[in-house]
Amino acid sequence: MSYSNQEQKDVVILAIESSCDETSAAVVKNGREVLSNIISSQIDIHTLYGGVVPEIASRKHIENINPVIREALKEAGTSMDEIDAIAVTYGPGLVGALLVGVAEAKAIAFATDKPLIGVHHIEGHISANYITHQDLEPPFICLVVSGGHTHLVVVSDYGKYEVIGRTRDDAAGEAFDKVARSIGLGYPGGPKIDKFAKEGNENAIKFPQAVVTGAPLDFSFSGLKSAVLNYINSCEMKNIEYNRADIAASFQKSVVDVLTSHALRACELYHINKLAIAGGVAANSAIRASLESECEKRNIQFYRPTNILCTDNAAMIGAAAYYEYVGGIRSGYDLNAIPSLRIGERQ
Amino acid sequence: MILAIDSSSLVASVALVDENTVIAEYTINLKKTHSQTLLPMIDEIFKMTGIDKKSLSAIAVAQGPGSFTGLRIGAATAKGLALALDIPIVGVSTIEMMAYNFNHCNKLICPIMDARRNQVYTGIYECAEDALKQVEKDAALSIEELIDKIRSIGKEVIFIGDGIPVFQELIDKELEVKHCYAKQHLNRQQSSALAVLGLKKLAEGKAVVSDNFAPVYMRMSQAERERLENGKENES
Repeated sequence: MSYSNQEQKDVVILAIESSCDETSAAVVKNGREVLSNIISSQIDIHTLYGGVVPEIASRKHIENINPVIREALKEAGTSMDEIDAIAVTYGPGLVGALLVGVAEAKAIAFATDKPLIGVHHIEGHISANYITHQDLEPPFICLVVSGGHTHLVVVSDYGKYEVIGRTRDDAAGEAFDKVARSIGLGYPGGPKIDKFAKEGNENAIKFPQAVVTGAPLDFSFSGLKSAVLNYINSCEMKNIEYNRADIAASFQKSVVDVLTSHALRACELYHINKLAIAGGVAANSAIRASLESECEKRNIQFYRPTNILCTDNAAMIGAAAYYEYVGGIRSGYDLNAIPSLRIGERQ
Repeated sequence: MILAIDSSSLVASVALVDENTVIAEYTINLKKTHSQTLLPMIDEIFKMTGIDKKSLSAIAVAQGPGSFTGLRIGAATAKGLALALDIPIVGVSTIEMMAYNFNHCNKLICPIMDARRNQVYTGIYECAEDALKQVEKDAALSIEELIDKIRSIGKEVIFIGDGIPVFQELIDKELEVKHCYAKQHLNRQQSSALAVLGLKKLAEGKAVVSDNFAPVYMRMSQAERERLENGKENES
């Protein structure tokens, strides 16, 4: 299936995202052109608590949502009348946080008599690649890595997703957060380890690879996380000084190696020579560098969203929603937030 | 014309009311998520009445106290409507709107909402001529604290709200002041009462731009409370 925009009228979507701790609204044209992408981050307040506090996140969303939407429309130079559809993330995520965006989007769709499109948060992350890479078309493999998710997905067509690998325990981003805390880097762990690891030797400590026996595309990060904690404990018990930068670098290498090898294996098994990454951890510079060079060696085309599109944002939701819109998918006014919505699932 | 929305408790209630008439009111009291009921109910009353959404002059919404998530679903629905229709929001205390189920009543009116953790969201009101007068401000109290307050006022009282099934036995045992309980057609949140109060507040200039509207929770989140408590411990 392919869509030619020349014969069609432009489709302008107002998208809303509130699944975790960013309140975001965007106006996206034809799924590829971002007219605005406003992100109001709550990171400062959650840092006080060492992680996202769901009730506080929900309270912030309800305060921020209207100014953020207004700003998105203003920056895009679009009036509500020029919008063709309203899109919103309805899962997965924090239920209280999701509900704010869902209720808001439904009310706007109702008040303006415009179609409503519920979007899967991770399908949004994957679709961020359509924005950065105008030439990208399915089929491709996508490695999704974020604070809550680690998946290998085959995108066989627009709106068609099949999960072929997943984590059995912690998400990659979770492991980054926990390890960062254990070496005193604090929250959020991903960017802090990324930066700190550059000062360390990635071959200093041999940490285990996060593989699952018998499931070549699945991941397991809890063993790796425990290995790091055990290493620190045993050093402390023996009163040996340890190098925190070496731990960060060696841990990161272990994660990067397993993500890279699994992603390449997926391309090989499914005979697909296009690989994309998505999600918050996709902004990690070591992961990007590793995939980039390994893909080049194997003649695989590598795609990655710009850093801002790797974080939670509404533009990616607008991109995913466009293909749902053209595919005739519409949500009802009874659309609910589904905190554990599965990739490819439709309510 | 005003649209009133309440989803502060188990009840979901929406109403369309103008200066003279309650044109439509749709209330359900079921264990069904507001996220799935509220907007279909709003859709239904507009369809049934044929009223044009553009004829609304404001949205009235139960501002709190109540279920945190319930309040936010109501608030986000109101905000989305108000933003898209370019009209303001009138926030009304959930306690006051419940007390407003009664008028020209010679008893004290005491709404009690089950607030869990052995507390009620409550307040004490009385009818003064045509209006409602607040005797005791809205708060989260233990039922014992509330009984003490009523005892010290010493006036006959009528209770309403979903705190009744939880605390009736205790109230009957502890409160010697004459008291009674609203019948089931009056003892829950009614969006028609919210709408009438909303229209009054709108006329008084108490509406706000939708951007500035936020629920009144009357409680901090657990994380904030614990952080504050830990901070105090560290100080002492």
